[in-house]
Amino acid sequence: MPSNLPRSFARIRRLAPFAALPLLSGCGLVVLDPAGDIARQQGNLIVISTVLMLLIIVPVMALTIFFAWRYRASNKEATYKPDWDHSTQLELVIWSAPLLIIICLGALTWVATHLLDPYRPLATTPEQVVAANAKPLDVNVVALDWKWLFIYPEQGVATVNELALPVDRPVRFRISASSVMNSFYIPALAGQIYAMPGMETKLHGIFDKTGEYEGFSANYSGAGFSHMRFAVKSLPAADFDKWVADAKASTDGGLDRATYLKLEVPSEKEPVRHFATVDPQLFDAVVNMCVEPGKMCMHDMMAIDARGGAGIAGIQNVRSVAYDKFAARGTGSLAGWSVRYVAALCSQQMKSADRPDARPVNPAPLKGEGLSRPGEAERTALNTSTPRPMS
Amino acid sequence: MTPTPLPATDPIFGKLSLAALPLHEPILIVTFLGVAVGGLVVLGLITRYRLWGYLWKEWFTTVDHKRIGIMYMILGLIMFLRGFADAIMMRLQQAMAFGGSEGYLPAHHYDQVFTAHGVIMIFFVAMPFITGLMNYIVPLQIGARDVSFPFLNNFSFWMTAAGAALTMISLFVGEYAQTGWLAYPPLSGIAYSPNVGVDYYIWGLQIAGVGTTLSGINLIVTILKLRAPGMGLMKMPVFTWTSLCSNILIVASFPILTATLALLSLDRYAGTNFFTNDLGGSPMMYVNLIWIWGHPEVYILILPLFGVFSEVTSTFSGKKLFGYTSMVYATVCITILSYLVWLHHFFTMGSGASVNSFFGITTMVISIPTGAKLFNWLFTMYRGRIRFELPMMWTIAFMLTFVVGGMTGVLLAVPPADFVLHNSLFLIAHFHNVIIGGVLFGLFAAINYWWPKAFGFKLDVVWGKISFWCWVVGFWLAFMPLYILGLMGVTRRMRVFDDPSLQIWFVIAAIGAGVIACGIAAMLIQFGVSIWKRKELADESGDPWHGRTLEWATSSPPPDYNFAFTPVIHNLDAWYDMKTRGHERPVDGFRDIHMPSNTGTGIILAGFCLAMGFALVWHIWWLVIASFAATIAYAIFHTFNYKRDFDIPAATVAAVEAARTRQLAAGA
Repeated sequence: MPSNLPRSFARIRRLAPFAALPLLSGCGLVVLDPAGDIARQQGNLIVISTVLMLLIIVPVMALTIFFAWRYRASNKEATYKPDWDHSTQLELVIWSAPLLIIICLGALTWVATHLLDPYRPLATTPEQVVAANAKPLDVNVVALDWKWLFIYPEQGVATVNELALPVDRPVRFRISASSVMNSFYIPALAGQIYAMPGMETKLHGIFDKTGEYEGFSANYSGAGFSHMRFAVKSLPAADFDKWVADAKASTDGGLDRATYLKLEVPSEKEPVRHFATVDPQLFDAVVNMCVEPGKMCMHDMMAIDARGGAGIAGIQNVRSVAYDKFAARGTGSLAGWSVRYVAALCSQQMKSADRPDARPVNPAPLKGEGLSRPGEAERTALNTSTPRPMS
Repeated sequence: MTPTPLPATDPIFGKLSLAALPLHEPILIVTFLGVAVGGLVVLGLITRYRLWGYLWKEWFTTVDHKRIGIMYMILGLIMFLRGFADAIMMRLQQAMAFGGSEGYLPAHHYDQVFTAHGVIMIFFVAMPFITGLMNYIVPLQIGARDVSFPFLNNFSFWMTAAGAALTMISLFVGEYAQTGWLAYPPLSGIAYSPNVGVDYYIWGLQIAGVGTTLSGINLIVTILKLRAPGMGLMKMPVFTWTSLCSNILIVASFPILTATLALLSLDRYAGTNFFTNDLGGSPMMYVNLIWIWGHPEVYILILPLFGVFSEVTSTFSGKKLFGYTSMVYATVCITILSYLVWLHHFFTMGSGASVNSFFGITTMVISIPTGAKLFNWLFTMYRGRIRFELPMMWTIAFMLTFVVGGMTGVLLAVPPADFVLHNSLFLIAHFHNVIIGGVLFGLFAAINYWWPKAFGFKLDVVWGKISFWCWVVGFWLAFMPLYILGLMGVTRRMRVFDDPSLQIWFVIAAIGAGVIACGIAAMLIQFGVSIWKRKELADESGDPWHGRTLEWATSSPPPDYNFAFTPVIHNLDAWYDMKTRGHERPVDGFRDIHMPSNTGTGIILAGFCLAMGFALVWHIWWLVIASFAATIAYAIFHTFNYKRDFDIPAATVAAVEAARTRQLAAGA
């Protein structure tokens, strides 16, 4: 049984959406019926918040109709008080009723937002508490025009437009993009987070059901946006291992920087591809926007700037691009001025410091001060003060 | 699809060439022919009936707030038809493009359609509608003869119209932005949108933005300085209060939009890197800035309509507004809080949980004053005598629709819920629920309510009811499927779909849009029929609804000077108060009335700005310089115009008022 935040509302969750929308029971409301614990808690939160608000919305709608009917002009029997315009008691109710609802909803929001923060590593699976040192599966995600690249650093493989994940194992996504903003979203697994060029965002999720699902970009990114979809496979551990082995045996070749730069060129409806090997520093280079040979990485630039910059000499340290990614994107070259970039100063690229993640957190609800969490032997404090990992 | 390579910049025509004409797009050619033929017919008729002089003297150059208000409404209506055409195209595309079908719109066209729909509906439909409404009603409600700066008012209107015109030109010359209505960089940067679409977007909004900001200043000053004697702030009608708050928001937030778009245009024109990926730019900064404008903007749109609903509910319930004071404070609370919520538009950009919860909770807090307002309308109806005329029907429809939109809005303000619903069709359904259910229904209430004031006859009820039911039913049909699709994980701005099980919902939504189209047609017929039957529908009293505020104290339509004598205010609901105390209309002792003169400067300056915007879009630098110089020179020239005012002689006033006396006597 999922040990999730709104456990006490589990029954409502099951009843409410389907009672309200009986026609829809068969039509796959994936947001309310996902296959991952995080998405499920998010879906439950939708239902709980809706029910909470209906407490006030339904009476208001009913009163509107009732008053409109009762006090219609043709009904001469109803009381008519044309000068009645104030009642302190009523005003108190008017302001405090929504206030009470919002206090409840606000408290729920505060707790849920912290527990379901996409940056938080997961400490439990739905079935059991994950040992604090259990290593989640790492997947690095790059949104390209208009396809998705998934790099499995641990396994040393990469794929295009296909994401396979082992069921019941927490997954840690590091997400970036090559050109414009996208949003990385697998409704069955967990909520979305933006994929942005030169930035790294994080997302944690876990599948608790096997199956075939779909992921896509949820932020419009240009002409090929509609086709920016990928298959998501939630596999049993053994099948996942087999999938990795198949990927390693793939004949699509390896993913080095040159291949990446070719892959980055805009294209639509890209078929699934598996790369048997992958440049271990590629994702870092993507985030720091220095896949192009000879280009200075952002973290190098920031480190130099933090030490006072390269001074006036820095002006000289630019080169015209050998590879024009704007032209490659099909949007034409930058007519008017030459495209320049800051050249790398170091022959050996630095690897960005691998900042440690925050301590894993148990997203199960607190049952009160001094009580243990479900499935946990002893009480631990809700860890809200962990510094946020910078990206 | 690969766009054609950019032509070299020509010294005379800039980037403009014959290739900019969309001759390969049959939809656009047919549209162009339709517009051209329709336009020629209209121009021909104006010429045939020698109306140019009349239009120029009485309308284009007018500084009368009432005529400017009507011109704003006409502009909004025309642009509404364009924006709705875009909506129908999208609904058709999404209902068709299944099972390998690409639909009928290629990406290049479809992406322009949804961008233009959003921009036009917000900037050139909703904004002109509310500005027009405030322009017409506010001076009348406060007993003023005009706004504080009548020429500025005319100039503001023409700048808004020039922005709209530039946006419309993009339909036939070049292209519009393919970025979504807020043009997020890096997509809207020169690197990824090298063609003119985003430039049309920028300059259309910048030119219109000048008009909007100036009109905001004008109305604030008008409300603060021109109230009739005795009308303290807490005796102002609620519509005037909400207009005041809305205009304060305009003045405080539109400069942010202007600055943000200026930075984006520097990135595009001058090679700066404010919002680029490389060289220290931050697209996330743009997203923050645009929403610091964008969120107050939605309250700019809805607040005046909250005022309309208050006036309508009180009038048609035959009752004082319940909780006037709490209504005013609720409005002010919303005004302030609207600045503290912008981040809820991008919880998914990676902010920390504490930041996200802060903005989520501030967003929810707005629902408290909003809820209080709803209860106030409810208790205004309580123990009233409700007459279900069209404005009241729209108000009830609003109350029942808006609460659902408000609820889904609060739901989206819960960050973890937003993570799964952000950018989904659920979001689209939500904001159409509040904008159609709130802003549009409010405008329809307002149009039906104040039409007799503006033109002297009521609107036809039969066609009004047909329009009402088409709109209400069409709205639910068109947007409920989108809520469901959102819960099915369908995201916005999609052009084609794989999953065939979704199609039925898009078909229902398209049918809903069709029903709304019937509602729009019925409304246009309603206007036509009412004008045709204006003798039957005439209102001689000037107060057809038993109104409570000052605009009903004068004739319909009001004389140029609004009030022969400035009324003195003793109470809230000033006109109701005057009626109950047995107020006598003054019939003699008139004096000369000092009024501002018409001027063509507004339309001429806006024309120069339009030329400059077009030249900037196409990099026609000589024309940029020439039109900029002309704008400045003409503005200076205008300062030497000393014929800015005139007096309406007392005799004329007496004649007008005597006619009014006879009209009232005949009506009684």
